[in-house]
Amino acid sequence: MLIQQLVEADGVSGHEGAVRQVLIGAIEACADEYRVDALGNLIVVKRGRGGAGGVRSVMVSAHMDEVGLMVTYVERDGTIRFSPVGGIDPRVVLAKRVRIGDDRIPGVIGVKPIHLLEQAERERVLRFDQMGIDTGMSADEVARRVTPGTYVAFDTAFQVLDEGGLRTVKGKAFDDRAGCAILAEVLKDSYAFDLYAAFTVQEEVGLRGARVAAYAVNPDVAFVLEGTVCDDSPKDKDVSPTTRLGAGPALTIMDRTVVCDRRLVRLLVEEAEAEGIPFQIKQPAIGGTDAGAIHTQREGIPSAVMAVPCRYIHSPVSVMSLNDFDYAVRLMRGALHRLEGGLEA
Amino acid sequence: MQVAEFLKRISEASGVSGAEVEVAGIVAETFGKWANRVQSDALGNVIALKEGEGLPSGEHPRIMLAGHMDEIGLMVTKVDSGFVRFTTVGGFDARTLLGQEVTVHGRRRLDGVIGCRPPHVLSPSDNEKVMPIDQLFIDVGLDASSLAEAVAVGDVVTIRRDAVNLARGYLAGKGLDDRASVAAIALCLELLGNRRHSWDVYAVATTQEEVGLRGAMTSAYGVAPQAAIALDVTFGNQPGVPEAQTLAMGGGPCIGLGANFHPALHERLVATAKAHEIPYQIDPTPGRSGTDAWAIQVTREGVPTGLVSIPLRYMHTPVETVDTHDIERAGRLLAAFISELDDGFARALSVEVKPLRAEGGQGC
Repeated sequence: MLIQQLVEADGVSGHEGAVRQVLIGAIEACADEYRVDALGNLIVVKRGRGGAGGVRSVMVSAHMDEVGLMVTYVERDGTIRFSPVGGIDPRVVLAKRVRIGDDRIPGVIGVKPIHLLEQAERERVLRFDQMGIDTGMSADEVARRVTPGTYVAFDTAFQVLDEGGLRTVKGKAFDDRAGCAILAEVLKDSYAFDLYAAFTVQEEVGLRGARVAAYAVNPDVAFVLEGTVCDDSPKDKDVSPTTRLGAGPALTIMDRTVVCDRRLVRLLVEEAEAEGIPFQIKQPAIGGTDAGAIHTQREGIPSAVMAVPCRYIHSPVSVMSLNDFDYAVRLMRGALHRLEGGLEA
Repeated sequence: MQVAEFLKRISEASGVSGAEVEVAGIVAETFGKWANRVQSDALGNVIALKEGEGLPSGEHPRIMLAGHMDEIGLMVTKVDSGFVRFTTVGGFDARTLLGQEVTVHGRRRLDGVIGCRPPHVLSPSDNEKVMPIDQLFIDVGLDASSLAEAVAVGDVVTIRRDAVNLARGYLAGKGLDDRASVAAIALCLELLGNRRHSWDVYAVATTQEEVGLRGAMTSAYGVAPQAAIALDVTFGNQPGVPEAQTLAMGGGPCIGLGANFHPALHERLVATAKAHEIPYQIDPTPGRSGTDAWAIQVTREGVPTGLVSIPLRYMHTPVETVDTHDIERAGRLLAAFISELDDGFARALSVEVKPLRAEGGQGC
């Protein structure tokens, strides 16, 4: 399964090479050319069959990077200090396994035993600068092998949780390897217009790869594929599930970074309704995606976002439903074919 | 060029973000000594071009160096019965402002002080609280009506501080963030005067960095370089700040590592420092670097960008302190780096398009 290969590769923002290699292997047979730009975006071109009505080029993007950590300092005793890369809640990283650098040196984020904690300490949230990674290596070996600037990824195995039913899987970085895997599937089909599949970098540190990719590609229309917030766990008063697991791909009307092009949203809804594909509208005003950077490039690029609901994103382990994933592939492909007739005014 | 002397001169010039004219004049004149052409753009960036000899192919790839010349400062918000109320331009620590001397750039230059109430009249608990900026005021010693004539809302205020040489080559003053880098760029241009280089060098002293990397944004768009190196200052070790969060004063220029920087540029800078026996440090940067490099990298189709930083103590105060040896080393590093840029490196940075099979999609 491509999604498994993708989430088992590490690609913290700014260091996406390993994920890019997996994707190049997956798309090579399905495309006409690819390029890797100055920031590391992988831009894959699939030429159109011709006969498109009005829309000449479409960019579909998904980001390769994931949140993670970076080594900032090695203490004299070999303890590794770190900072988050991208938005991580410091409460979720305590007592987790990590892998360090391209050698994937294993380590753990250690915690003082509860027996030794005073009451006040128990109630205090630890800051990142109070945590350390323990590799078990001697201080000398750490100093030799782990230098400041080394990237650290969560060491989480991919696993199928539910074979039938929701077909849930768990792993790290479904945000946005889910989008990458959907996009690889989308590339297997061919379309009347030129399709630019942009596997972008540095989304988690400010939508940076998508911005330059959209400038370079300058498409008529753009879609962004995401793994999005799914906050549907039980609560006393549930006002914000954002999306629900298993209810189909989520379409964005508006988030913190973009108001989606209403024609493209309608196109997605029409396709879903015509094909009987379940979908949901993501709760407005939550989160942000590469579309925020794409839609304001050059003179403006009509953009829309479709996402797979993923629980616990930006933590070491997230959960999604392969049902949602498969529906997302169908919906994106169908919507692209629907777009071959052109975009209404 | 005497680095300390030049740095003292530009440190004492005024150039609050958006009002960099005075410092820009000195920088343009100095860069002009070694450049073929100096121009400015709509945002006031000083852009000096030093032409290279070109590649064997005849091409002239462009490398841009960027250091910001703006400084943080204050701006008048109200002329209040003989006193001047103000806000900040850029990130000041309110605690450092009490009792500072300033210059108000009104109809004429007015020197003044940021006044504070004497301890005698304060209750014991008053001095345990930080004075918020909206309770501070500037006193230029004029009566209410003269003040109202001389000063208007929107006038810029600079901290008034002569730079001072400390022991072991340290220099302390205002605005060394980031004029230390401007000095390093000037030194680099001077060194390149005696060396061959094939790439064209655009040395840019940028504006408005402290209010959002604005000058870097427009100058990088205008220059459209094949590679860029931003220069800025970073936290030098100082009492009270954990070593883990700082870099060594006198330890040499710091080379940024992280998402903001192109790996090939990072590696080349490190290799150059090693080859020329220039001490250097690695500055791990998880995400946003907060420097001009952040804006330059995402200009147009993306610009391979690097960052060289100079350790500095007491950032964003009027006693910013640098070791001038680190500035000299940064200048030498840049000059060596640029003189060794060649055809191969231009190719290494260019975007390579890899054609796949002629009939796409057949393999799926």
